[in-house]
Amino acid sequence: MQYLLALAGNQNSGKTTLFNRLTGSNQHVGNFPGVTVEKKEGFVKNHKEAVLVDLPGIYSLSPYTSEEVVTRDFILEEGPRVIINIIDATNIERNLYLTLQLMELQIPMVIALNMMDEVRASGGSINVAELSKRLGMPVIPISAAKNEGITELIDVVIQRAESPRELPRLDFCHGEVHKAIHSIAHIIEDQAQRAGYPLRFAATKMVEGDGPTMEALHLTENQRDIIGHVTSEMEEMLGTDREAALADMRYSYIEGLCADCVKKHRETNEQIRSERIDRVLTHRVFAIPIFFGMMLLIFWLTFDVIGGRLQGLLEGLIDRGAGLLGEALAAADVSAWMRSLLLDGVCAGVGSVLSFLPLIVLLFFFLSLLEDSGYMARVAFVMDKLLRRLGLSGRSFVPMLIGFGCSVPAIMSTRTLSSDRDRKMTILLTPFMSCSAKLPIYGMITAAFFPRHGGLVMISLYLLGILTAVLSALLLKGTAFKGKPVPFVMELPAYRVPSPKSVGLHMWEKAKDFLKKAFTIIFLASIVIWFLQSFDWHFNLVSDSSQSILAGLGSLIAPVFAPLGFSDWRASTALITGITAKETVVSTLTVLTGASGDAQLSMALAQIFTPLTAISFLTFTILYMPCIAALAATRRELKSTRGAVLTALFQTGAAYVMAALVYQVGRFFV
Amino acid sequence: MAKIEHTSEPASRPTLDQVKPGYGGVIAAIGGEGALRRRLLDMGLTPKTKVAVRRVAPMGDPIELFLRSYVLTIRKDEAAKIELAEVIKAEEAQ
Repeated sequence: MQYLLALAGNQNSGKTTLFNRLTGSNQHVGNFPGVTVEKKEGFVKNHKEAVLVDLPGIYSLSPYTSEEVVTRDFILEEGPRVIINIIDATNIERNLYLTLQLMELQIPMVIALNMMDEVRASGGSINVAELSKRLGMPVIPISAAKNEGITELIDVVIQRAESPRELPRLDFCHGEVHKAIHSIAHIIEDQAQRAGYPLRFAATKMVEGDGPTMEALHLTENQRDIIGHVTSEMEEMLGTDREAALADMRYSYIEGLCADCVKKHRETNEQIRSERIDRVLTHRVFAIPIFFGMMLLIFWLTFDVIGGRLQGLLEGLIDRGAGLLGEALAAADVSAWMRSLLLDGVCAGVGSVLSFLPLIVLLFFFLSLLEDSGYMARVAFVMDKLLRRLGLSGRSFVPMLIGFGCSVPAIMSTRTLSSDRDRKMTILLTPFMSCSAKLPIYGMITAAFFPRHGGLVMISLYLLGILTAVLSALLLKGTAFKGKPVPFVMELPAYRVPSPKSVGLHMWEKAKDFLKKAFTIIFLASIVIWFLQSFDWHFNLVSDSSQSILAGLGSLIAPVFAPLGFSDWRASTALITGITAKETVVSTLTVLTGASGDAQLSMALAQIFTPLTAISFLTFTILYMPCIAALAATRRELKSTRGAVLTALFQTGAAYVMAALVYQVGRFFV
Repeated sequence: MAKIEHTSEPASRPTLDQVKPGYGGVIAAIGGEGALRRRLLDMGLTPKTKVAVRRVAPMGDPIELFLRSYVLTIRKDEAAKIELAEVIKAEEAQ
């Protein structure tokens, strides 16, 4: 018989590291009915019967962020046998605040007291036995990073799950709040039971004035009145409001508990070290140059020194593989169209994307180093003010930077943003940061039209992308994404050396995601494009692609681009195929012009574009909807096909407007 | 606590955004409302808590705080809602 365990705790408490320790590598994303957020789950090591679910990192169970609501609903609806509550021992007061709220859910709990090694090494101690007695649950000191105490933790958790339920104690409230909670508990007993809420939890929520819980209980008018009366009496007696009263009650209890059980300095050695590092990394003058230097270094290593070389190597391998396949197919006398499908369609399509694997894995390697070390939070802190002018917060800065590399990991990394509004807006704006796949397009056009001003054109294009993002943000801030920017209240965790296991798992996950995408969506898209490029409307194989269905569709769409200055069907066709992957714009134009070699291509392009329309074409190319892979990532992260389509429409619309502006204004000067 | 709040002049209380790095204070009350106020309380910014201001971000906002053995960053707008009973040296606020 399988049963469920839940892992809950604050952000930065080492939750992911502990999850990896407890489950090893047998983890996957699980789906739970009624819960919209994806969750990682895995079997506890050597215990196939115990399924552990990793809940979002949260500080409280107040229903103000979606993650808090998700956690709460998950625990209430799925009723895990045991909640493993991970606590950062260096920062025990604030971590216990969530513990007290979890205890009210009345589910057996076990506390994993993490980073005990740091507390001990800094001369502190925690009376674990006393803490355990006072909270009414086992407390196991561990170090997730050093793999200490994990076996004992697993034993205790499994033993708890398989023995009769022992519930956490609930005697941590006192005074006026205690009175209010207990009077309300009597009033709402029946409703709480019917709604399936633990009574104590429901009563506390009534005192707090939690709207969603109130609605779920279907209280009568009379009950609402009594509750209102009880809470306002409590507020009067305490001279403070209900929210402050409850927070104060919890923290007072925790302070008392810590005074008896915890002996430690205000800061551990690690925290003191962090403060020293921050004197440099968040320095008033040096912080920003250091940050840009670090980013340049990462991009240079990823796209040039290491990743670029690996990509070249992989490209060579893929080409050789395709060559061998071609020879084998020819030797086996496979029909011409099948050969074309496999080589020009699948191999060319999937192969050109597959070669990006090293870049993606490497970029995520550096990013998880930045994230796990604690530096990312500092970047958000340093950049917040700048981003705030655009209606975003400092946390949106990182995804946008990654966008210069590739929109796919950039869009995926928006998961770290806490606000839904910021997340959607960041996902929408990130593709305006010109990604590395567009470099071949810039190369092609500048070689043909601006051979002496290539660098200048390139820099202008990057700046144009940023400008469009800024303008879009300003536009959206006042329209589609109205609403107050979320307050910026963010913890700066102590700097820590990232665990190789976590970083490795992270890279493996991204690589797996990417490969899956390459062999599903991109595989299919490549086949479709090949088909449209190779057949005419009567499904005859064509020798000249200008007779193909794709050309027909291209000519159909071509007039749309007339206001942008380029109405050649080959240009519009290239833009369409570019949706599969941006590099395809180059390969399509090469195929459709029948050019062999760069010099011929430049001459052929001169017949399609003038210098002005070439600029307009480039403008459109940087800004219009991202490739299929990025679009799929958008859909997945937004969890909405409609959202993804609207996003793509907005980006394409912005591209159209900007390109039309460039062309129409440019006409007066040329 | 209640009586003190009513007799003292609320307008005269310093707020956390006015505190320079190197100084701190003891929290008297948390203003504001709704989700933000709730978040500040949840993060441990409750009355009588000692809090130190560590530094200001390069562009002048947000600010970095130290309280309850951890580091928290909030914007000045948010800090302006946190009223202090007194301003003290950071060492005393730790």
